[in-house]
Amino acid sequence: MSLAPDHASAIAVNRLGLGARPGDLREAQSDPRGYLLEQIRTSGADQPQINPPTSQQRLSELTEYRQEKRDAKADGDPKSDPVKMAARMLRQDTGADFLARLNLGATTPAGFRERWAIFWANHFTVSANKLATATLVGPFEQEAIRPRVFGRFEDLLIASSSHPAMLLYLDQAQSFGPSSILASRALGKLSGSRGLNENLAREIMELHSVGVDAGYSQTDVTEFAKAMTGWSIGGPRESPDRQGRFVFRPFGHEPGLRAVMGRRYGMGGFDQAKTIMGDLAANPHTARHLARKIAVHFVSDAPPPSLVDKLARAYQDSEGQLGEVARTLVGAPETWDTTGEKFKTPYEFLVSSWRATSTRPSDIASVAPLLNSMGQKPFSAPSPKGWPEDAAVWCAPDAVVKRMTWSEGFAATAIGDRDPTILANEALGARLTPKVRLAIARAETRAEGLSILLMSPEFQRR
Amino acid sequence: MTRYLLSRRQALAGAAGLGVTVEMLGSSAWAAGDRDLARRKLVVIVARGGLDGLSLTPPVGDANYAALRGAIALPGFGEPGGALKLDGTFGLHPAMVATYALALKGQVRIAPAIATPDRERSHFEAQDVLESGAPVVYGASSGWLNRALEAMAPGRSIRAISIGPTAPLILRGKIEAASWSPGGRPQIDTRLPGILQDLYADDPLLGPALASGMATQDMAKVANQDVSAGPVMAETMTSGAMDRQVEAGGAALAPALRQGLPQARKLGATLAAFMTQPDGKQVAAVSMDNFDTHANQGAAQGQLATRLAYVDAFIDGFATELGPAWSDTVVVMATEFGRTAHVNGTRGTDHGTASTALVLGGAIRRGGIIGDWPTLRANALYENRDTAPTLDMRGLFKGVLHDHLGVDRGMLDSLVFPDSAMIAPLTNLIA
Repeated sequence: MSLAPDHASAIAVNRLGLGARPGDLREAQSDPRGYLLEQIRTSGADQPQINPPTSQQRLSELTEYRQEKRDAKADGDPKSDPVKMAARMLRQDTGADFLARLNLGATTPAGFRERWAIFWANHFTVSANKLATATLVGPFEQEAIRPRVFGRFEDLLIASSSHPAMLLYLDQAQSFGPSSILASRALGKLSGSRGLNENLAREIMELHSVGVDAGYSQTDVTEFAKAMTGWSIGGPRESPDRQGRFVFRPFGHEPGLRAVMGRRYGMGGFDQAKTIMGDLAANPHTARHLARKIAVHFVSDAPPPSLVDKLARAYQDSEGQLGEVARTLVGAPETWDTTGEKFKTPYEFLVSSWRATSTRPSDIASVAPLLNSMGQKPFSAPSPKGWPEDAAVWCAPDAVVKRMTWSEGFAATAIGDRDPTILANEALGARLTPKVRLAIARAETRAEGLSILLMSPEFQRR
Repeated sequence: MTRYLLSRRQALAGAAGLGVTVEMLGSSAWAAGDRDLARRKLVVIVARGGLDGLSLTPPVGDANYAALRGAIALPGFGEPGGALKLDGTFGLHPAMVATYALALKGQVRIAPAIATPDRERSHFEAQDVLESGAPVVYGASSGWLNRALEAMAPGRSIRAISIGPTAPLILRGKIEAASWSPGGRPQIDTRLPGILQDLYADDPLLGPALASGMATQDMAKVANQDVSAGPVMAETMTSGAMDRQVEAGGAALAPALRQGLPQARKLGATLAAFMTQPDGKQVAAVSMDNFDTHANQGAAQGQLATRLAYVDAFIDGFATELGPAWSDTVVVMATEFGRTAHVNGTRGTDHGTASTALVLGGAIRRGGIIGDWPTLRANALYENRDTAPTLDMRGLFKGVLHDHLGVDRGMLDSLVFPDSAMIAPLTNLIA
């Protein structure tokens, strides 16, 4: 590490973490690299909530809600109270999940660990855009993603691909083999309602693993989709241990051998798709695809190729151990080379603002519309690709005005009798420029000083 | 008004600096043409997620349509919930009532088998190609609409805006574009914007973004005042359109379809107000999301119908609020790809190839479908599954840019759509 230690600590805490709380920069100063390395742990990321309602509970509530809604419709009373109550309950769960995640971000001493977890949650995006998945995004992160973010990528891929939230989000739960027993039974009475849906198979290949440049064809996608048929969710009329959980339905599985990307896969029901996923995880294209995404997220929209190479090599040498990849990221000189190339997303901007002021969000009702207005609606990435990384996307005129407007209102209530210059030193450390320091010192009020800090180019970037 | 004078003064000062006299600017022939061009407006709607062209403009007259589509096929002309008749083959989705009213006036054209050069069926690649205008994925980091402004910039400074909190690729690039979305307006009389503008002086992103954002906020205040009378007019137009739809044999819209429609209409009206103000925006990019209908996409009603009703309300609000300026306006709606010709196993459709682009506005020339219809015969489908593309999307965009905004052909072939000399601009689109 060639950087001065105070500069390196600002990078460790602000770029690789979620932003400095007062005291964090001092904490990281003696050994910025060690400060990050000790946040990596095999047990995975922190959990935002202790024992929140599980996916199974959420799904059964959703089923009840839909039934009540149907009943209410049949009764000719669309405004029936139980329905409204259930809808509110579902919304409340989602709101509580998101608020807990924001609070974890605002308060955790292990900011790098939390950024790493959110990176993987975004990599395996499940969006609340669909009613069926609206309440499942929180449990998905909690159950499938967070425990595995420093483990083997293959395990993470399989956990994500078999979680009810993902199975619903990308339409896998209802995908059945065209020649399966279920499809042939359904023929006649429910013709057309049971068949192949290739959505999840395609996105696993394109977004989650090998990436779109890996040279696969439409046939590969269809073959993989056929192998995945039968990956489903236990319905409300099944036994309690299956309801709302991942189940493999052998009768819905497309019989036969499959060929994906030049490899053949024998019959084997559930294991067929699982084996394909293992091979996808081990594919060198996956190593490159993930390495590049990590470098783009953590370092720069246009990362140095040498960093991508190092991360890809670490992935392959460790057979996809994500903890090793994280260590390589921390160890690489490129990670520490440049400063302030990443423009914060609205989520990152708000979380780092709370951290810089030792505050936290208390009310989802005010945070949700705020994030929505800045272009990052809670849990609702616009597509399976997740939230974009490019500065050009987030630094749009309207978004900057909205950040500024919020900063003014927030600063007025958050500053109290604190000195904004001290907060600026604590938040930016060596990255605080003389120009910004002067502007803060000249502010008419403490609140104005804090707004200037939050809107300064150095705070808007990481 | 002051802003207009200021920018005009600056333009004249700039011209003087180049040795061009003020008299020449005022009297030359191109200035007259330029005044005409200065009224022209272009809106590009990017429908994201892969909009199903076979539902937007169902070819109910195609012999294979009903069988391929099964449960999601729209009924024929005149049947309950049926397609609204455009010609012997094509109809418009029954949720598009206001658009249909425009179609009856000859102000809507459809390109039913159009595609970008991308064939990979990936949303993200295809959207990239659609918006960047490059022949291959990730071939350009700016958008073709921005580069079209760049091509005109030496002589004409055209103001552009995107609707939404983030900047879409299609309008990203060297030419600064505004962006706007509904929601919190900044307090007036605060020192902060000025202080920040100083701090952002050397910042290539934040400086221009804040300046543009503040200017747009000023315009939005005026725009929203102007729009206040809008909904009444829009309402009148819609009910008229619905009457016509009933005359045409379609059923009235189900109540559920109308949810969110007032907001959509207001958004359209606000954009119109941005474009009709003195010194207003001439070019706009709008994103419409959630067209990825893999399961239960519905037919006359349902998921896709709800989204199309939203688009229709947006167009209605926009066209109504524009008033006479509608006659100088072209709206193009395009999507990254179409969807499979066959309904899939979950009453939806998967990623396909060609889809429909809509071209509408008071400035377009009346006419039939744009491009050839390959039909849905089994041997005519692309890779046995999708509507086959017969038209390159770039030809449509080039035709509009050339004939409507006067963008030079050489620029279109190189700067705006790189390496595309073999794709000719479509002609006879603009009146």
